[in-house]
Amino acid sequence: MSDVFRALADVSRRRLLDRLYARNGQTLRELSDGLPMSRQAVAKHLGILEGAHLVTSVRRGREKLHYLNPVPIAEIVRRWVGKFEDVRLDAIVDFKEQLESAARSSASPRPSTHKTSSGEDRAGNRNQ
Amino acid sequence: MPATETSEKAPDFVYVAYIAADAQRVWSGLMDHDLTQQYWGRHNVSDWTVGASWKHQRPDGSGIVDIVGEVIEIEPPRKLVVTWAAPKDAEDANKVSRVTYLIEALGPDTRLTITHSDLEAGSDMHLDVTTGWPAVACNLKTLLETGKTLSEDAWPKEEGART
Repeated sequence: MSDVFRALADVSRRRLLDRLYARNGQTLRELSDGLPMSRQAVAKHLGILEGAHLVTSVRRGREKLHYLNPVPIAEIVRRWVGKFEDVRLDAIVDFKEQLESAARSSASPRPSTHKTSSGEDRAGNRNQ
Repeated sequence: MPATETSEKAPDFVYVAYIAADAQRVWSGLMDHDLTQQYWGRHNVSDWTVGASWKHQRPDGSGIVDIVGEVIEIEPPRKLVVTWAAPKDAEDANKVSRVTYLIEALGPDTRLTITHSDLEAGSDMHLDVTTGWPAVACNLKTLLETGKTLSEDAWPKEEGART
């Protein structure tokens, strides 16, 4: 479990997980696109994420596709979040996301990222 | 860690759990009538032979089935491939997805890889699967490692609310 916390302690690695959450199954090249890091640095971060089992890879022909594996995070949640708390926590997180997205849209418009739109889709789905 | 090999279409999701139990126990965990109910809230019911149907059935006596499919490939205790659909969508090829379970022994432990492919992008099933599988894998791990089970009402309510 400490591998998971160590892996999550770095902002670049969290950003890579965000990218996989927005679109699962990317190659190293796709994951590196547009990031202010060398491909070697991304590869190194991916290695640490794989070591913590937060990322898993599938080899398909000559491509290596990377997938977000949230199972270790589910184990952490299971340890400290009770089953009846899930619904309440979802409500709090939805409320926070709504407030923050309202604050963002009233500020100067910014192009939305894949991450933001998929995050809002999921929050919206939970509300139905 | 070696990458899982696939020659088929790129999967939508790949979930991996490392479980401190031997491969045979993990294998039983995927299809045993009572074990699946304990960690998954539903009985997995099938003859578990190639071509047989399988169903994911509520344990409350209602007989309600939430997921149906067909056993495509079965190679105990290493690989199980099934199709996966909501009963109302079972005849709609676009809405039938595919789940592959791979079990690899790692000394006394086991690596379980669950791969879900051919999901319809943006569908309710796609969304349910993203929240469902990590919890299912985590529950199976907890059950096999500690013998503890979730409260029997945790799963049916949660999934029933969505389906």
